[in-house]
Amino acid sequence: MTSVTVDKAGPTRATPKYGSIKRDRAWALRWSFVFLTLFAFAFLIPPIYMFITSLKTSAEISAAKNPWWVFNPTLGNYIDLLAAPQYLIFFKNSAIVSVSVVVITMLIAIPAAFALSRMRFWGSATLATGVFLTYLIPETLLFLPLFKMFAVFNELTGIQLLNRWWVLLVVYPTLTVPFATWIMIGYFASIPKELDEAAIIDGASWMQTLVRVFVPVALPGIIAATIFAFTVSWAQFLYPLAFTTSIDQLVLPVGIITTLIKGDVFNWGQIMTGALLGAAPPLIIYAFLMDYYIAGLTAGSTKG
Amino acid sequence: MADVSIRKVFKRYDSVEAVRGIDLEIKDHEFVVLVGPSGCGKSTTLRMIAGLEEITAGEIAIDDIVVNDVPPKDRDIAMVFQNYALYPHMTVAENMSFGLRLKRFPKPEIKARVDEAARILDITELLDRKPKALSGGQRQRVAMGRAIVRHPKVFLFDEPLSNLDAKLRVQMRTEIKRVHQKVKTTTVYVTHDQVEAMTLADRVVVMNHGVIEQVGPPNELYHAPLTKFVAGFIGSPAMNFIPCKLEDAGDGLRVRLTGDYAFPVPQARVARYRPHLASPNLLFGVRPEHVAESRPHAEPGIHPFEVGLDVTEPMGMETLVYFKVNGAEVCGRVSPTAGAADNARMRLAIDMNNMHLIDDATGMVL
Repeated sequence: MTSVTVDKAGPTRATPKYGSIKRDRAWALRWSFVFLTLFAFAFLIPPIYMFITSLKTSAEISAAKNPWWVFNPTLGNYIDLLAAPQYLIFFKNSAIVSVSVVVITMLIAIPAAFALSRMRFWGSATLATGVFLTYLIPETLLFLPLFKMFAVFNELTGIQLLNRWWVLLVVYPTLTVPFATWIMIGYFASIPKELDEAAIIDGASWMQTLVRVFVPVALPGIIAATIFAFTVSWAQFLYPLAFTTSIDQLVLPVGIITTLIKGDVFNWGQIMTGALLGAAPPLIIYAFLMDYYIAGLTAGSTKG
Repeated sequence: MADVSIRKVFKRYDSVEAVRGIDLEIKDHEFVVLVGPSGCGKSTTLRMIAGLEEITAGEIAIDDIVVNDVPPKDRDIAMVFQNYALYPHMTVAENMSFGLRLKRFPKPEIKARVDEAARILDITELLDRKPKALSGGQRQRVAMGRAIVRHPKVFLFDEPLSNLDAKLRVQMRTEIKRVHQKVKTTTVYVTHDQVEAMTLADRVVVMNHGVIEQVGPPNELYHAPLTKFVAGFIGSPAMNFIPCKLEDAGDGLRVRLTGDYAFPVPQARVARYRPHLASPNLLFGVRPEHVAESRPHAEPGIHPFEVGLDVTEPMGMETLVYFKVNGAEVCGRVSPTAGAADNARMRLAIDMNNMHLIDDATGMVL
């Protein structure tokens, strides 16, 4: 190892310049802290600003004093919002839609991912890639054709799908199913094949293998997909904006915008309050299932 | 318990032919080991018996019923996998009883069978644990327990000891043999380890490139291999192969290795070898234990010779010596007190009664 140094230095041997593991580590730590602080700052400023604003009266907000300080704190926005029946309807609609979409997504995506990752059939690999490709098509491109389809469907059958909250149960899975299937194919692939072969030999049918062996073992992956599906449904804006219009059919994100912005009058206090309260459910779910979520997304990375 | 018949079985994946027309009759209660290098088709054969792979051509029968189209669950077989494949979310007892519960056995029957299997395998105190709380050897026992409780017609083992460390592997090998003596179920066992094959099997099936090279009891394979592959695969250290010529020596024959080394063929084999007198591609095969230190008063057929050793490897109970003859590396086994040393000259003796003559062109032992 030192022979190179010796060659260069000739007969008088130069002292090689060594690095220091301790020093490298200290610097790595300093840099991580700098960037983590920057990121935390950037991500936390908006919700903090929302929270501060939600505690102000409309008068204080428009008074253009220090926006980072609450001079007359009030819970008025919260009380008004929670007392208004429409906000609770939005919340209820969002909850029903999101939970239902999660259930529908899982009922389709789990068997789909199982089939695509386990049953080798003609075209299964192409189909798996195809599933992912459908996810790449943006919703901004899809909502017009979907709207047209629903209109034509109405003309042909007389069944009205537009402006009904439950139409979202049909629309959202076009976003959630492909991605959930895709994450789960990845996770399922990390489960040893012998496990389901053992179940098959033990006498289990494909369905029993899936339900009694595969689902319990793949739970981290399934939970990751569940969180994803819930978040997408809960935060979806464009589709409900396009497909629902009546106040009693709206979900939370659209409801807040439609009812709290009247012409050019923005009720900032209540908008911020509504958005904060609306952000709470996904946050709570994340907090409880975070470990599973990470395990699901990094599946296979640590398997030897 | 049952016979297993494999008749003219082929397995083709897209462009690869993994198994190329094998025939094998496995008798009731028999312990048969399929052995061979990786990619020889042994695991594929086992998986076809299990029903995990479809059979491209030919047929497999269990208990005289052709099972080509019978799904695994209806074949009444049990399988032990290399990585154990225990259900991680179930306790040991639940793992073992899963198959019985699927078949809706009555609870007392399930408990009795699990307890019996646990007793045979000495894992009674582990029944309430989850697999992750078990050691490798214990997991392997549970995997065997899962097979035993089913009382299947056939046990299938797919390299069950390959994930264990060397010491545990030897222990579990004995354990598997002990269990087979107790439950006597027909067993097909796949391994790449020829020692496992030799120690466990009633009959060993040596496979290579998708065909069966030889089937026979362990000692027969060791002492009377039919092909060069079997001769080289069974035994450790492996048999020495040295290019040679067969010479006429009056009423006998001589094996000439080089200008210096030529040894007479035992009289009993002269008639057998004489037709190959002119063959160009002959190999002389001899096992390391038949190349030992020279002793006074040697028996007939044992011929002394002197060589320069390259390397010696003391193993404790014996010393392995390596030297070159006619371009081939040769290994011999000598007594540790025989005075073998690296780069030294040594007087050895070769036991021609245990020689093999191989036609390298056909790969057949003559």
